[in-house]
Amino acid sequence: MMRRFTLIAIPYLWLLALFLVPFVIVFKISLSDVALARPPYTPHFDWATGIWAFLSELDFENFVFLTQDDLYWKAYLSSLKIAAISTLLTLLVGYPMAYAMARAPQEWRATLMMLVILPFWTSFLIRVYAWMGILSNEGFLNQFLLWTGVISEPLTILNTNTAVYIGIVYTYLPFMILPIYAALERLDESLIEAAEDLGCSRLSAFWLVTIPLSKTGIIAGCFLVFIPVLGEFVIPSLLGGSDTLMIGKVLWEEFFSNRDWPVASAVAVVLLLLLIIPIVLFQRNQQKQQEAEQ
Amino acid sequence: MKRMSWFNTVSLTLGFAFLYVPMLILVIYSFNESKLVTVWAGFSTKWYGELMQNEAFLSAAWVTIKVAVISSTIATVLGTMAAYVLVRGGRFMGRTLFSGMIYAPLVMPEVITGLSLLLLFIGIGLDRGVLTIVLAHTTFSMCYVSVVVSSRLVTFDRSLEEAALDLGCSPSEAFRLVTLPIIAPAVISGWLLAFTLSLDDLVIASFTSGPAATTLPIKIYSAVRLGVSPEINALSTLMIAIVTIGVLTASLVNKRQIVRQQREEKEAGRN
Amino acid sequence: MIQFQNVTKRFGDFTAIDDLTIGIYEKEFFALLGPSGCGKTTMMRMLAGFETPTEGSIYLAGQDMAPVPPNKRATNMMFQSYALFPHLSIWENIAFGLKREGMAKPQISDRVNEMLRLTRLEKFASRKPHQISGGQRQRVALARSLAKKPKLLLLDEPLGALDKKLRQDTQFELMDIQEKTGTTFVIVTHDQEEAMTVASRVAVMDNGRIIQVATPDRIYETPNSVYVADFIGEVNIIDGIATPNGEESYSVAWKDGQAPLNVKSPSSFSDGQSCHLAIRPEKVTINAEKPTGADNVVEGKILDIAYLGNLSTYHVELPSGAVIKAQSANTRRISRRAFTWEDTVWLSWTATAGVLLAA
Repeated sequence: MMRRFTLIAIPYLWLLALFLVPFVIVFKISLSDVALARPPYTPHFDWATGIWAFLSELDFENFVFLTQDDLYWKAYLSSLKIAAISTLLTLLVGYPMAYAMARAPQEWRATLMMLVILPFWTSFLIRVYAWMGILSNEGFLNQFLLWTGVISEPLTILNTNTAVYIGIVYTYLPFMILPIYAALERLDESLIEAAEDLGCSRLSAFWLVTIPLSKTGIIAGCFLVFIPVLGEFVIPSLLGGSDTLMIGKVLWEEFFSNRDWPVASAVAVVLLLLLIIPIVLFQRNQQKQQEAEQ
Repeated sequence: MKRMSWFNTVSLTLGFAFLYVPMLILVIYSFNESKLVTVWAGFSTKWYGELMQNEAFLSAAWVTIKVAVISSTIATVLGTMAAYVLVRGGRFMGRTLFSGMIYAPLVMPEVITGLSLLLLFIGIGLDRGVLTIVLAHTTFSMCYVSVVVSSRLVTFDRSLEEAALDLGCSPSEAFRLVTLPIIAPAVISGWLLAFTLSLDDLVIASFTSGPAATTLPIKIYSAVRLGVSPEINALSTLMIAIVTIGVLTASLVNKRQIVRQQREEKEAGRN
Repeated sequence: MIQFQNVTKRFGDFTAIDDLTIGIYEKEFFALLGPSGCGKTTMMRMLAGFETPTEGSIYLAGQDMAPVPPNKRATNMMFQSYALFPHLSIWENIAFGLKREGMAKPQISDRVNEMLRLTRLEKFASRKPHQISGGQRQRVALARSLAKKPKLLLLDEPLGALDKKLRQDTQFELMDIQEKTGTTFVIVTHDQEEAMTVASRVAVMDNGRIIQVATPDRIYETPNSVYVADFIGEVNIIDGIATPNGEESYSVAWKDGQAPLNVKSPSSFSDGQSCHLAIRPEKVTINAEKPTGADNVVEGKILDIAYLGNLSTYHVELPSGAVIKAQSANTRRISRRAFTWEDTVWLSWTATAGVLLAA
């Protein structure tokens, strides 16, 4: 019994101390006021004055501030917009690839799968960096387009939202492909044949059978892209411009540049609240899929 | 027997070109003579030479590897324990909270995880350095390890453990002699995942590292913010090469094992 | 109604169907029977339109089917795996093909309800496929493929996934539905009992060729080759040399030291031609004493008894070492049985009991 207790206690306490407690702290600081001190916020918890005196100094001032300064809600909205659009773009690129992989001859599939996963193992930062050289004004894309004569003036892509979309699609593509591929590979070929036998053309069989049956994979892939993109920092900071507003970037700047910890914490708390809905939906989708498999 | 339709061929070709051409360009231009990264001026390995001279990069790389090895090892132990508790632990107080804490870090934006850990470290007065990065990395990567290991444990045939107990093993012997060898591949891939996540992490490390310890991603990020440089291209190429060789070796070993197993099963079937 | 004309189908080097010519009539229940890999499924898939013949052509009601895609054919198929759409309810599954035809809503509803009645599935209309039993799924698949009133219904191992008891019930149900709807059924199966039960005509296939096409009783009683005789039911094959000794009558010399066998055969054999005599075990009588007046009598020793409940099969070893199987109905209790292991017995059969086949 003792052994079982230790087995549970060690990882449990670790997560409590290093995951849950920090959150409580973030929440607490989000209710504090900024101060020119180290650490730069008040109040500090003090055993002498007691818990009520401490609590009475906490307020929602920072959250009120977030609603007043339009930078913040614009950043939230623009994060949602960028995450939604880039999820859709990733789906448009990822679905045909996943479909083709699932229809490829059996002996190729393991290799194709590895080719999709391989970039995932290489540094995220490097993959984003690779696009900086391609998208800049004198970058390869512009050079190529000028050489083919499609354009006469170099396009400004780097430091715009377009570059951010490209970067997100590129780095998150494996997350979209893998769940869709898993769903499509399970799909019984005879279902498509049955649909054709019952009068479907190729295309309508795809719409009426393939798409609905890969729905859980599509939903899983979309959430796997949408959720992390919402809090993304590296891509907007390297590929985006000064007008690319994303909440991860705002939080970072609030913390490192402005050193306004209470506001940064409030930004984090709101972002978390924003994420709860897609996370719960994602969880539901996964559960439904598991039940369907049983 | 079945041939790919042209549509599938085209989408795969374009898709993989999209995935690999950027990295290919990066690799090619790391051998460029010129300082100007977009103009080809002849083959040269001089940027690799300069990279090797760069003390700051080398020490950052050393810190990164140290952090990755330590944190992924601790994370593997903790994550395997957590997975075992989740799959085999039965019911206990606060089980829901526990599984919630295992899955939450997977979907948590890195900026929030980083911020919260930093506030904790400051709150308890822990100086930021290698130790704090290790603690931070261990925490989020143990969750990945536990997901990988528990997915293997779920499909694991419980009766094997029961057979070991029936034949006189103590529970810990049963785990060591039966369970662990069978889930070993999952544990190893969990470790590898934790290792890469730690190597790769910029955001959490930026929050939790102090002036005393800078990791390679932080170094690369601050260099890259100023623009493309051939030295970073060279560094990236090295990292891509290491990962590619690692993944290819792992998958070849894996494939050979599967082939051997199939052959042995076939032979056993014939006899 | 259907005509296969010199049809050949190759997959790479592998020939699945080899120069096959056959006709299937209207309203018949036609079974393609053969071991796995004999080409029967390929034939069916060509009828459905999922494969096209490499050579030759297939005519449905006089029309060449080659250029017609599966979704435009007046044939429907019931898949081995049933291929029910898991995301649609039973009702929607059955309505699927009708909606594609662009049929009006009330007609669809009528037709689906009619099919549900026919297959006794009214209660399950709103369930999803994974919420019903295997036998019910099988009936949904049947209802779905019949809903469009196809001229021809193809059934690919339709009962393979059911257990034995359910399979027998379903066989009769299938025959019933076939009679009621008057649709031509083509069934693919490797289960000879199933083919014999349901079909009005059976084609026995091997290696991409059709060996024999006939009614079930003719296939069983008068197989045209050792392969067919052996594939359908149990059989004793005796190798020998035929000598004519009267009109449609032959004397067959077989193992050394045994009296020649008397056999009647409608097909003619020349003097000294080697042949096989195929006799079903139930046509061999087993006796404790030597019977008189039988056309063929041999003596042997009981080697083994397989007790099947209603029947027993006796494996009798002859002095020459050959083993002949004889079957008899267990009309008495087992304890009163006249003979047991190691007993010496006499086997007898009439001259018309067996079929004489060319080697």
